[in-house]
Order: sequence, then C-alpha cells, then structure tokens
Amino acid sequence: MTNTLHRFGDAESFSDDYIVFAIASRGKNDEGALEKLQRFLKMAIPFGPVNLGDARHGGSLRPCKDMHPTSHWNRDTKPDFEAVVNGFDHITTAAAVFDSRVAAEDFFKAVKEADMGLSVNISTSVDGAEQCCHVAGIPRHSVGYSLGFEGKTEKLPNTQVLLLSTMCGHGMVANSLAKKMIDWVKEGRRTPEQAASYLQRFCSCGVFNPSRAKRILEDARGSSK
Amino acid sequence: MTINPKKCVACGNCTYVCPMGAIYIDPVIKRATINRTECVECYACYNGLSQEHLNPTIVRTMRKVFQKLRLRFDPEPDICPTAAFEPDELTWPRVVRRAFSDPRVPHESTGIEGRGTEEVKTNDVSDRVMVGEVGFTIEFGRPGVGVWFRDIQKACWTLAKAGVTFEKKNPITSLMSDVPTGTIKADVMGEKLMSAIIEIKVPVARTEEIVRLVWAIEKDVDTVVVLGVGTRCDEQGEENVVAPILERLGYTLHRAKTNTGLGRITNIAKDKSNESVSVGAAK
Repeated sequence: MTNTLHRFGDAESFSDDYIVFAIASRGKNDEGALEKLQRFLKMAIPFGPVNLGDARHGGSLRPCKDMHPTSHWNRDTKPDFEAVVNGFDHITTAAAVFDSRVAAEDFFKAVKEADMGLSVNISTSVDGAEQCCHVAGIPRHSVGYSLGFEGKTEKLPNTQVLLLSTMCGHGMVANSLAKKMIDWVKEGRRTPEQAASYLQRFCSCGVFNPSRAKRILEDARGSSK
Repeated sequence: MTINPKKCVACGNCTYVCPMGAIYIDPVIKRATINRTECVECYACYNGLSQEHLNPTIVRTMRKVFQKLRLRFDPEPDICPTAAFEPDELTWPRVVRRAFSDPRVPHESTGIEGRGTEEVKTNDVSDRVMVGEVGFTIEFGRPGVGVWFRDIQKACWTLAKAGVTFEKKNPITSLMSDVPTGTIKADVMGEKLMSAIIEIKVPVARTEEIVRLVWAIEKDVDTVVVLGVGTRCDEQGEENVVAPILERLGYTLHRAKTNTGLGRITNIAKDKSNESVSVGAAK
C-alpha cells in the first residue's frame, strides 16, 4: 500500500513531514521481528516524534469507546507514545512521524546503528529522504515516486482540504471533516491544535502528522482574514 | 454498517466523518441513515468516532429543550453520543467492500492490511523490483472519491491488452477469473470501494508507454487516479534513470517513499523463494 506516499503538497510543504517506518518481510526477516519493531518504536521517543503508531492499533491519539460526558470540556489531546509501544503485540508496520528534518535524521542514524535487519523506509520529499540517507552515510536502495492525483480531479475538494485529508492515505480522514475543521478554526470555535487532534484520531495507523495539520489550519485561518 | 434508529439522536456528527458522504439525516425518520449503495464499509464511522453511551431519550429531550431556548450545544465533533453504529454481518460479494476499504482488515489474498499491496518498501530483502525494472502502483478512487469495480475492470482489460503482467500477490489480481485478459469475477462488478491498486512491473524502457496508457484509462473511468512508480537506485544511491523519464512527461517529483536498504535476511531458515510478503499493513 502507499499510505504515506501520496500526500498532497509540493516538496516545500513536506519540510515538516518525515515518516520513518519499519517493516518485516515474511520468510525473510520476520523471526524476532515483534521485539525489533517494538524496539524501533521505543527508540523513536527520545527524538521527539509528533506521532507514533502501528497499523493494527493506530497512533498515539486514539478514539475512546467509553467516553465520559464531561470529556466535552476536558478532552485530552496529549499523545500517549508509551501506550503505542506497550500495546504493540502483533507484527505489523511501525511508524514514527517527525516534524523536523534534524530529528528524523538523528533517529534514522540511531536505527542504522541498531542494525536490526528490518526494512526501513523514509516517506517525505525526494530530497528530504536523500538527505537523511546521506547524513547516515548509506546509499538509497529503492525509491517509489508519487506522481500526484489525476483523472477526474474535478471530484476533489479544495487544496486546503486535500492537504489535511491526504495525511491518511487509507482515506479515514474524510474530506468533509477536514473542511468542517477548517471552518471551525476560521470561526474560532476550535484552536488549530484541537482541530488537528480530531482529525488525527481517525487515522488508523498512526502516520497522520498533527504538527503539519496544525500549521495548515493556521495557514487556512490566516488566509481568511 | 447500520445505524440503530432506536439509539441515534440525529446529532449529525457522523455525516461529516463518512469519507464517502454516505451518511445523511433522513428528514422523515429524523435519524442518521446510511446510503448502502455509496457506503464502502470502511468502518471509519465505527472505528473512528469516539463513543459515549448516553441514554437516547434523555439526549433527545435535552436537544428539544435547547432548541426551544435557541441554545446550541457545541459538542465534540468526533463522538457518537449514543454508540449507535452496529456492524453488519457482511456476505459475498459485499464483503469485498470492507476488504478494500477498511485498513485494519488484512486482504485474504496477501495477508496484508491497508490496501494489501507491497511495492518497494521491502525491496531490500525481496528484490521485488530489480535493476532495470519499474513497478507501477495504479490506485483508483484515492483520495476520498471511491471507485466501482466496473471502472477497475476497464483499466485491467486495457492493461492486459498492452501485454503487462499483473502482480500475483495483489488483491485485485486475486479477484481475476482470467488473469491473462485481466477479467475480474463478474459478481463483484456492482461493488464500490474506497480505493484499489493495480500493480504491474515492466522493463524501464516501457515506463513512458505505461504512463501514457494510464492517461488514456483516466479518460474512461469516473474517478481519480494516483500513480506510484518504484525503481532501484544504483550502488551510489542515485536514481537517474526513471526520474528523467517522468520529468520529461511533465511530472514534478515532490514526494517519494525511500527504501533505505537497511533490511537484510535474518531468518535462520532462509526462504529460497523470491516472493516475499510483508507482514502486516503496507504504508
């Protein structure tokens, strides 16, 4: 799947969007992979990720299936990275999202030194990933380019909405919810941070970038003034 | 998916979170209702909405009182206050909607969650795309538009006529009744999906031909398309073969997924086959 690949935006808009993810291949390097993937997630925490997640359980901010009614006035929007690490109980893709190139580079260097044998990918601008590999001193193995959205593009919403909704490549962040959050931020009904947290909870594998979403929502608010 | 009308209080939160816009407030019964034709069984409503378990009668009464007083309660937008969503028991062929739309459900054909495909992210251990080859992922319906199988069928027929080889370990290929002609089982033609990916692999020399073929397909299908193009880098980590072709065709390469080459075969009993399947969801 190409969940992190086809985010809408130009290279500049990915300057605060670096996803480093690890994956095991059945029959090749999956023996002992559960512990390695869990270690990968745990290693990311000191480098200051903005999201952390796995494809089975979700990210660091998840929906609650038994909310207390008073939560409307006291919603917790803090990511729980430890819960992601401790809840990792199935071999699946593990991802760490950073909003800083330096943090992503440092984490990637640490992963390289850990030498776990997992396949590790970086999803960001072409140059951004190349730079991470350069800093770590390793040549890129393969690259998968995104060519952007084509076909009946008249069916797509406006660019601000797309910037937000395409941060979940599985389509779990609805265009209509993204538009609603932009409108609410413009109306002052929610802060950009709060609005980003609502969107983040719908991403089921933890690759949504709440920091980039906050910046996009702030830009949208600014453009309406 | 079903919304229990005894529980629903028509707050309208769910109408915004449905990626397909398939949920609406029915003015006759005054409850949220799902358009089953448009619903792709992605479970974004059921999995993504937080839930309260409030008494529906009390909530409706409060809403009426608020309405009389011209007051508006400003609830959290990602909550179903009465936990009204109830999953259906899906049967064939409708079950394929969920398989292609709910990212938490692994595809039976590949064992992979998400859209069930591979591409180059494990290429360092699988050699799925070799030097001199290009792997295409042609995804229909993304982002947030959806696609009917009948449109995917058109694309598969066109690609098959061009003599491409469909990736074996791919959910679309697994639904083909005749792979050489790209013919998909007829009983799924009436099913709508969030998105689906056709995977093919060709020699680098056919890159431009395939891109132009996809451009032609785009005119014939009623949805959006997004192309992913995967290839190997050289020993220095450079990729100066495919990128120039794509740029010549007018593309600006903003984003990519880069396999860093850290993977290696570590299993004690090494698999001699060249066909690997990543474990868990694909990114």
